[in-house]
Amino acid sequence: MSLNRSIREEFPLLVSNDVAYLDNAATAQRPACVLDEIRRFYENANANPLRGLYALSVEATSEYESARVAVQQLLNAAHPEEIVFTRNTTEAINLVAYSYGLNKVKQGDNITISIMEHHSNMLPWQMVAGKTGATLTYLECEKDGALTEDAIRNNIPDNTKIVAITHVSNVLGRTTPVETVVARAKEVGAVVLLDAAQSVAHMRVDVQKLGVDFLAFSGHKMMGPMGIGALYGKRELLEEMPPFLTGGEMIEYVTRTGATYAELPHKFEAGTVNAAGAVGLHAAIDFVNRIGYENMEERELLLTRLALDGIKDIPHVHVLGSEDPHEHCGIINFTIDGVHPHDVSQILDSDNVAVRAGHHCAQPLLAYLGVRSTTRASIMFYNTEEEIQRFLKSVSTVRERMGYSE
Amino acid sequence: MIDNRSFYNEILTEHNMHPDFKYDLENADLILDGINPSCGDEITLKLKVEDDVIVDGAFVGDGCAISQASADIMLGMIIGKTREEALHLADIFIRMIKGNATEEEIDELEEAGALRDISHMPSRVKCAVLGWHTLEEIFKNRSSNNT
Repeated sequence: MSLNRSIREEFPLLVSNDVAYLDNAATAQRPACVLDEIRRFYENANANPLRGLYALSVEATSEYESARVAVQQLLNAAHPEEIVFTRNTTEAINLVAYSYGLNKVKQGDNITISIMEHHSNMLPWQMVAGKTGATLTYLECEKDGALTEDAIRNNIPDNTKIVAITHVSNVLGRTTPVETVVARAKEVGAVVLLDAAQSVAHMRVDVQKLGVDFLAFSGHKMMGPMGIGALYGKRELLEEMPPFLTGGEMIEYVTRTGATYAELPHKFEAGTVNAAGAVGLHAAIDFVNRIGYENMEERELLLTRLALDGIKDIPHVHVLGSEDPHEHCGIINFTIDGVHPHDVSQILDSDNVAVRAGHHCAQPLLAYLGVRSTTRASIMFYNTEEEIQRFLKSVSTVRERMGYSE
Repeated sequence: MIDNRSFYNEILTEHNMHPDFKYDLENADLILDGINPSCGDEITLKLKVEDDVIVDGAFVGDGCAISQASADIMLGMIIGKTREEALHLADIFIRMIKGNATEEEIDELEEAGALRDISHMPSRVKCAVLGWHTLEEIFKNRSSNNT
């Protein structure tokens, strides 16, 4: 099956608004089936999951747990209890940093992250290193975003306990060679956390095949609702970890002096959960499965190639990262000589093209690449050739509209 | 939506591309860095003040066209003015950007009034007021140093 325009018609916002939405790396649009499922849950199955003994609460619990199985199958995790629902990627990474990092890392140990990390996979590890006295090593990429085997080997020293790395850079769009990272981490006995925020929406991610110990992602970047994400963790690791948050529905027994914690995964899901969010995410996963990753990838590659081919013919425009469209995962970050990215994005907005401008929550990477800020267009399979052309046309007029004669 | 073809007008692009006051002023009495952390715009404002009159001023910096042009327009307006007069203009400008200035007040701003449409663009407010905000701070710092 190859994708056609009818897929786009399943997205109410894209039907009612003629914006060329090219900020998909920030958040995707949602298809009607996701919105319908959220409404259906609240209209037909709403109760507080995991608590009530009445039929409706049992129904709500069953819907919530069935969403967990959908995530398990999406990631090919071995057990449903290896999936912990969180608000988003950031919360999932913080859970691991506080619960695993602070308890397992000691002075003299090392944590390795890459220079390409989003701040949300950087600040938690700066915190753990700061509190434990561990060193924090940055794995640096080549200028086009490639991570070489030598760099991986040299920057994961023998005393490393945690390697936290992005699967796809939100700035360069480059995919990390996860197997090489995991192989080196295994040699030194470190666990690997994969930040899959930018990958799960675009490619099949198999936690067992990749061999990672933890993985974090957000539902909203893969067309699910905002406010629901998940952490995958190997069962034996999650079992050893203390709760991240404490409170309701994460205990077996509570007395005045203490508590016995609930079994996985509920130990990590304190308080009323986002059941409607989980149900919406379940619908988004079903939607992705219906379309098929291979069809999404094919379409996104075609659009990325169109954009990269067009942009390289525009004078004074520079694209970050590789020249190969396969190495972009739909993300095209660029600068225009003499025009600040905020002005670029505002001019594109006046042509009804939505792109992101700024440092993309990756200031150390931009400093390393020698740019202050950039403009980012990010593509999803539902974008059209016409939208890419509109984007290119707008980019080609920016300098003239800012007063440059050529 | 505001049409950027009119928003990025000649006044703004001229002051951005050919600023009159974007250079390193020597022997300044007052120097202050202004930073807009959400965008990364930054300026360093330098003023020479004699008997409470701004006799010269300039800025250096890096940022979007709005932040840089606004600072340049501001310097053109405040040189030759007293501290009081300059702060009065800053007050009107900042209120104009927030949509709280009268037509008469905006007239007082002369060229700076060209930025009035930013009041409809919440994401660019901080860029537009960076220079004026730094001006307010520079005098606040000075008065606290004097006491």
